[in-house]
Amino acid sequence: MCDQTFLAITFGPCDSCSENRPLMNLYIKTEPINYCSLCMEIMACQGLASGETLKSLKAESETLRKKLEEERKKLHDVELEKVAEKAEALGELNMKTRRTLKGHGNKVLCMDWCKDKRRIVSSSQDGKVIVWDAFTTNKEHAVTMPTTWVMACAYAPSGCAIACGGLDNKCSVYPLSLDKDENLAAKKKSVAMHTNYLSGCTFTNSDMQILTSSGDGTSALWDVESGQLLQSFHGHSADVLTLDLAPSETGNTFVSGGSDKKANVWDLRSGQNVQSFDTHDSDINCVKYYPSGDAFASASDDSTCRLFDLRADREVSIYSKDSIMFGAASVDFSLSGRLLFAGYNDYTINVWDVLKGTRVAILFGHENRVSSLRVSPDGTAFCSGSWDNTLRVRQEGRGVGRELKQGGTTLYG
Amino acid sequence: MARDMSDIDILKMELEQLKKEVSTPREPVSKTSKDTMDWCEAASGTDLLITGVPDDKNPYKPEKGGCIIT
Repeated sequence: MCDQTFLAITFGPCDSCSENRPLMNLYIKTEPINYCSLCMEIMACQGLASGETLKSLKAESETLRKKLEEERKKLHDVELEKVAEKAEALGELNMKTRRTLKGHGNKVLCMDWCKDKRRIVSSSQDGKVIVWDAFTTNKEHAVTMPTTWVMACAYAPSGCAIACGGLDNKCSVYPLSLDKDENLAAKKKSVAMHTNYLSGCTFTNSDMQILTSSGDGTSALWDVESGQLLQSFHGHSADVLTLDLAPSETGNTFVSGGSDKKANVWDLRSGQNVQSFDTHDSDINCVKYYPSGDAFASASDDSTCRLFDLRADREVSIYSKDSIMFGAASVDFSLSGRLLFAGYNDYTINVWDVLKGTRVAILFGHENRVSSLRVSPDGTAFCSGSWDNTLRVRQEGRGVGRELKQGGTTLYG
Repeated sequence: MARDMSDIDILKMELEQLKKEVSTPREPVSKTSKDTMDWCEAASGTDLLITGVPDDKNPYKPEKGGCIIT
């Protein structure tokens, strides 16, 4: 069937200039547009203009990026490793596993220490959140969340509550009671509401505010008591996978990392993105501030960890080896910032000398991916959670005696 | 939120951000690296994951004991 080959001309007021003119019968996506021929030509040209806008935006973006790179390069007058040559070399490390926390029925996805340096909260794929006493390995509390894949958990600074969330798109706060029989789930408070999974959460300096990151591409600051959104942070162009708050002495900022390969530094009060780093080649799984607050480290699926200096506004070190081919899932610094512990998807933990950029130890023991890793608040030990359903608490065992030496290679278990 | 934005909006957002970033104050790496290193050295004496924890203060002290069965 052939289309109409003649045009029935209508005469009337144009939708755009309101003048009485012959109208062009145009349909855009089944909507009738009654424009006069002049307005239709103008509209067609604007269409071209917006196409150019996309191009010109991209071009402008490119020029600015180049300028940024130049500005950063000017200040790159020396490598961190060169400056660190003067630093004393680290002695041989002798990390020993002191406690293995068993009890989760499925992959451990996240863990956090309490400020009392002995309690640990951990969350798992099966929806269980457990509070442990790391000294005795006793389970003090257990909560079953109404969701699986609890990807984030955090201990409140007071030690009286925990926050957790995951595929339920929420962050819930559970006050911990001393009464063992009390049902924790009854007192649960839903604080954060995102439109996609919760990837990370942390309390700010008090129990009153929580910072969350989500697969919906945003981070947000919430008031715990009212559940009100205090500030939201937009800037990532894909899932935000991790966040870390700056050490309290250095001010009100936090850093987030995402699937867009970027790490962004934000001002908590204004919601502004103050700095951005995009040198990683793949998703950033974890970010952690350096203890002084002037730098942060990141762990990525590109199998590297990197150190970014905030005052120089650039990446200053890469911790990688050709033999490391699996993504790094989690990092944390020792108290002085000299050691960087990184957990990888090849089941190992690599310990890096932050200043010299070299690896100082490989730690084995987990039987599946290391998903989460944190140093205790007093720096005496660090805990790693893994997809093998366990958590391991390790310490530097120097001076304690026994070492395992096999044919010259020192193995740390 | 970012998933719902059109490409043009994402580009505009990135452009705004770049404009702000080009003008942030920066310091040379030689200065900042030295400061980082100094901070680290000052704190390394108290870093128990490097120096180790003396037994009497170690809450994770392994039990010395066990028996020898012959």
